[in-house]
Amino acid sequence: MRSTMHHSLLTPLAGAGILALTLAGCSSATPDAAGSGEFAGDTLDVSAAWSGAEQTNFEAVLAAFEEQSGATVNYTSFGDNAATTLGTQIEGGSPPNVAMLAQPALMNQLAADGNLQPLSDEASAVVAENYSQSWVDLGTSDGTQYGVWFKASNKSTMWYNADLYDAAGASVPEDWDDFLVQLQLVADSGYAGISIGADVGWPLTDWFENVYLQTAGGDLYDQLTNHEIPWTDPSVTVALDALATLWGNDALVQTGAAQRTFPESVTEVFGADPQAATMFEGDFVAGNITDDGSSVVGENALFFDFPSVNGSAPAVVGGGDVAVSFTDDAATDALMQFLASPEAAEVWVPEGGLTSPNNNVDTALYPDETSRQIAEALTGAETFRFDMSDLTPSAFGGTPGQGFWQIMIQFLQDPSDVAGTQQALEDAAVAAYVD
Amino acid sequence: MTQLVAPVANSPAGGDKRRPPHGSSRRRMFMIALGFLAPALVFLGALVLYPIVYTVVRSFFSAGGGEFVGWDNYVTMFTNDSTFTAIRNNVLWVLVAPAACTILGLIFAVLLEKIKWATAFKLIIFMPMAISMLAAGVIFRGMFQENPNLGVVNAALVTVNSAFGQDAAYPGAAGRDGLGLVQDRGVIASESTVESGSEQNFPLVGIRVDSVPAAAAQAEPAVNARAGQLVGTVWLDVVRGGGGTSGQIDDGKTGLPGILVDAVAADGTIAASATTDAAGRYVIDGLAEGAYRVALPAANFDEGYQGVSWLSSTFITGVIILSYIWIWAGFSMVMISSGLSAIDRSLQEAARMDGANEWNVFTRITAPLLSPVLIVVFVTLIINVLKIFDLVYVIPPGSAKPAANVIAVEMWTVSFGGGNNQGLGSALAILLLILVLPSMIINIRRFREERQQ
Repeated sequence: MRSTMHHSLLTPLAGAGILALTLAGCSSATPDAAGSGEFAGDTLDVSAAWSGAEQTNFEAVLAAFEEQSGATVNYTSFGDNAATTLGTQIEGGSPPNVAMLAQPALMNQLAADGNLQPLSDEASAVVAENYSQSWVDLGTSDGTQYGVWFKASNKSTMWYNADLYDAAGASVPEDWDDFLVQLQLVADSGYAGISIGADVGWPLTDWFENVYLQTAGGDLYDQLTNHEIPWTDPSVTVALDALATLWGNDALVQTGAAQRTFPESVTEVFGADPQAATMFEGDFVAGNITDDGSSVVGENALFFDFPSVNGSAPAVVGGGDVAVSFTDDAATDALMQFLASPEAAEVWVPEGGLTSPNNNVDTALYPDETSRQIAEALTGAETFRFDMSDLTPSAFGGTPGQGFWQIMIQFLQDPSDVAGTQQALEDAAVAAYVD
Repeated sequence: MTQLVAPVANSPAGGDKRRPPHGSSRRRMFMIALGFLAPALVFLGALVLYPIVYTVVRSFFSAGGGEFVGWDNYVTMFTNDSTFTAIRNNVLWVLVAPAACTILGLIFAVLLEKIKWATAFKLIIFMPMAISMLAAGVIFRGMFQENPNLGVVNAALVTVNSAFGQDAAYPGAAGRDGLGLVQDRGVIASESTVESGSEQNFPLVGIRVDSVPAAAAQAEPAVNARAGQLVGTVWLDVVRGGGGTSGQIDDGKTGLPGILVDAVAADGTIAASATTDAAGRYVIDGLAEGAYRVALPAANFDEGYQGVSWLSSTFITGVIILSYIWIWAGFSMVMISSGLSAIDRSLQEAARMDGANEWNVFTRITAPLLSPVLIVVFVTLIINVLKIFDLVYVIPPGSAKPAANVIAVEMWTVSFGGGNNQGLGSALAILLLILVLPSMIINIRRFREERQQ
């Protein structure tokens, strides 16, 4: 009784879906699944870390899939405990159909344990059509393709309050040394040069990764990521020394960093009563600024690329969320194909907060010039490395209060002890890379 | 357990009271008892016994669980910095929190007996028990924020402080680097001494153009100094929108009025002072021949009292214990109040009749009579404190997390919170169990003794 009622309700909806898609002329992906309503009655569970505005936007993406396929998709957020939540669900025999993982290491782990379903040939074809090779490689584990990168981020953006920069006569810096000069100009005008939110360690690990990728280059970056060179390596000394020139300068860094949460540091720069002029983090800061509502991205909230250190060539550190599937059925496969298609990203892109690594997403859809620049920089980037702390064992790079995160907090509080910091990092890495 | 069995065993025997129980009926009694106990035993076995045994076994295996490592996890536990801090903090917790809660509860209970509206007060003190630990943690984290605009405790401290002090006109200002100025503990002074009859300028930075007093005007160079005078200009060395030359009085740079300028003699005494005018100029008059250092005292730039950094590593455990006491003092008060209402009042009356004062009545009569209740409260709190998790998980900011660590949080972090080492986690869980055992045994013994009385 119930299911037939469902059917009768869904058929017109699915029909509307066909109509909408035909009108829009979207035909590049999932041509057979699209709009046929063939999965009516199927229920898919999707999990991701997203909550709040990101959840709303992602649910809109899933709603578009529901409309196309007729399937019902339930979204659950697992917060920042992806490994624990999925581990428990897998052990209990009820993993979600599709999950979004922010850590490639977790994808590799789940793939090695045999929990993931490889992409179907059709899904692989959709990915190959839409993504550049680096993203295909990032979604591959041991030669088998498992993941579809849905969301990407550019973590090499330095955000600044243009009003304060103008008042201080500061300008976009050419390199790291000039960056310090410009921050001093801001400090002279009575505002802190830069605000750092170091309540948890991840923004600080991103600082280090950017400086390290700039000073040491991609090869050493990969080796350090895999712990093939120790953290006591001289290349790490160079990067930490460079960081210390900023972090150790009390005139430039706003006081109280260790107790400031990351969102608070955004408010300190772009809020109604700004106290500092610059802050560093990935492209997602645009969303925080918009939420705050006091500054406008693209008008007085602007960004420049992470300054080049010691004359290095431009390089981009990034991250992203990869969709992986746990179940081998047609509806799940259809959802994976949908997520790999430009149509899925194009639902979210105009809302802001999503940078798609998908080459075929129409960049005209980005809500403003800033996010368009971020996306174009990312899809066009040649030196791109994934966020190091997401690639290391989570005991080292992903545990609040320990390892990489905590040691960088300590380094921020006392940037004079470079050697001790390197030793602490090496000790933590040795303990974490054991298995 | 025998009490439980007795009524069950009586009912079949009740049919024929004269027949003495023999072998088969005793077995039947046992089977019936077992039948009734079986569901509870199954649950206890599956939910208590099995997990404990498995945790013991797991604690001897590696992080992944594949490899037997013997006592390694236990050695790591006591040699690893963060676990060791956790154990040390737990000791501190056990020493402070249960005693503080019990004493506070006792005071509240005894004093509230003597006032009207006692129930209303009790209700208020007990109220925090109704709040989840998580929410209480969020409340306390908010209250103790370092920024006085966010944290109510520091806001109160700063308000009280500024009521007694005077606000400086230019908080946070600094001398322009490389122009012969030094800054020490808030005082901005000339690097070298200056002969009287000459000029000393002070280009300052770090002041917002918007926060300069309305009276301030375009900075102007000082008039030539006469004998016995020191002159100069104090100005904001920043042009809105940039430009200008550092250390030069350019167009668009404002003078800083109202700044106190001291001429400090060689022996460190202040020879004379002056205050700057709207254009930032000052003239110190009536000086003897000689060399002076010109200084802008710290009172001009004092940022004022900024409150205490409560959530820093130094104070964090204290703040968390305080929040715990806030919640659990109500619990001990209610327990002790009920104990109070049960004791024999005639003893207190008799003591009063014999001339004992209230303090003696309390220490010699009331407290000893209450001691069974006090011990129950105390031991319950010890067990509770050893397992403390939520508050320690929520309150400290990242930088203070290691300093605030306790065993339960460490256990969660290493096994599930990213560490993925369930071997070490199990070892910590066993340590926690061993620490709780003595209090449990004390409690069980006491119950048994009470029953025997």
